[in-house]
Amino acid sequence: MTAYLAHYLVMVGIYSILALSLNLLVGYVGIFSLAHAAIYGVGAYASALVALHLGLGFWGGLVVAAVAGACAAALVAIPSLRVAGDYYIVASFGLQVVLLTVFMNWTDVTNGHAGLPGIPRPRVFGWVVDTPFEYVALALALAALTYAICHRLTHSAFGRVLQAIRDDEIAAAAMGKNVVLNKIVIATISSALGALAGSLYAHYITYINPSSFALHESIFIMSLVILGGSDRLAGPLVGAFILLAVPEALKFLAIPDTVAAPMRQVLYGALLIIFMFVRPEGILGRARPKALEPPPVTSHAIG
Amino acid sequence: MPSASGPIITVQGVSKAFGGIQAVDDCTFDVAPRLITGLIGPNGAGKTTIFNLITGFLRPDRGSVRFKGEELVGLPPHEVERRGVARTFQHLRLWNKMTVLDNVLLGCQSPVGENALTLFLRPAAVRAQEARDRARALEVLEFFGLRHQAHELAEDLAYPEQKLLSMARIFATDAEVLLLDEPTSGFDADSLRRVIPIVRRLVEHGKTVLLIEHNMELISQLSDEVVFLHQGHVLARGAPATITRDPALTEIYFGI
Repeated sequence: MTAYLAHYLVMVGIYSILALSLNLLVGYVGIFSLAHAAIYGVGAYASALVALHLGLGFWGGLVVAAVAGACAAALVAIPSLRVAGDYYIVASFGLQVVLLTVFMNWTDVTNGHAGLPGIPRPRVFGWVVDTPFEYVALALALAALTYAICHRLTHSAFGRVLQAIRDDEIAAAAMGKNVVLNKIVIATISSALGALAGSLYAHYITYINPSSFALHESIFIMSLVILGGSDRLAGPLVGAFILLAVPEALKFLAIPDTVAAPMRQVLYGALLIIFMFVRPEGILGRARPKALEPPPVTSHAIG
Repeated sequence: MPSASGPIITVQGVSKAFGGIQAVDDCTFDVAPRLITGLIGPNGAGKTTIFNLITGFLRPDRGSVRFKGEELVGLPPHEVERRGVARTFQHLRLWNKMTVLDNVLLGCQSPVGENALTLFLRPAAVRAQEARDRARALEVLEFFGLRHQAHELAEDLAYPEQKLLSMARIFATDAEVLLLDEPTSGFDADSLRRVIPIVRRLVEHGKTVLLIEHNMELISQLSDEVVFLHQGHVLARGAPATITRDPALTEIYFGI
């Protein structure tokens, strides 16, 4: 039972990093990305490969993962965000599909569907992290670090500019803010942080294969953000705690595995729909009185 | 009204068509530094389009816009602003869910705090800059008479105050030229008495103002020089009294 709880907490740590980093885009600058699971995968594969082939340690792996995640996102962000933010959801969907195909088919490097086994346990300051609770400590420490980085980014002049871009790009440009550059920067940072979760996951499970980084994972991470509340920094954390508890709770019901897996998907879907109706701002989001909502303004009209 | 140092903004032969409609047609005028120039004309004369063409939100089909001799055509809006030409919008475009202070802080250029890298590498410089920006933003709000509302949400201000805020945030950018799109439209007499002196005082702070005004009676109170625009073309320019007394222009203006 305690090992069970430990596993849950490690996964909460990993998904908190994913959701916090995705929320930099979704909540703070209003760009939706469907590639976050693939970026998670890039981090996992990058740090697994450097650990297996180059013998690079845990910290080195984290850095490599972050750089790889940042590069993968910048590749798509630079051309697509120059056009308009709306295209990013399509471009990121493309990135997700392409990267997953690479994980599955570049067998010389990724070993395809069979995946990469034998990824070493992390060594932190000379200490091999191999018990569940040590791993909980490491995962939560990294989640806390991610939170601190996100806090610094969002509670600053930089964060103010991001929110200004989210609310009115034209006004932001009129105040001398480089809208495109800021979007590219935050998309890159978001992916660098998301890739850290991949590294953590690879060294925790010690085995990775493409199925962990598929499109439904991207949608799951997005649900954590939306359910928790995207306009608060802590919203995605709450989302991770709650949504990760759902399958665990289902295990206590005497439901056969073959039913439980699709049940989970149904439950996530149902929760998202219920939230859209009942509490669209998420659990921690600031409620807005509906009657006072201003009429929608078309964002591209000038004048 | 001649100026010793020559024009600060030169609009030369600028044209812009939207589909078949020629919104701005071979428009030429200049703006003298440290004066208030009023842009007037009937509805659809192309006044806001001129603003969009000067500030890079629209690209002219032909012609050039120069600021202190430097070509602005082809620069994106944020680059135009950074050169020193800032504008307000007819529909304000405030950040309604942010505080009055944050709206003005967004006008400040904060290179250290707005850079994701220096944000982490130079925390002391970031803190110092944020403190300077805040002090400056409060000074700006003081000038516009909004300091006591610094911590209210922009959407909670009354309309004339929102308009002042839209001017305050571009004043905070330190741009030399301020383009004000109808700074006093929709105001009652009390609000006019409050806002007109503030607009006039912008010049004392070294600003050059180009403003769009709809009201023929207000234009002489607001501006030193008037450019009269009709069908995207400059029809006349001169002192406000001359323009407003010209019967031919008044006829065009009121569409008789």
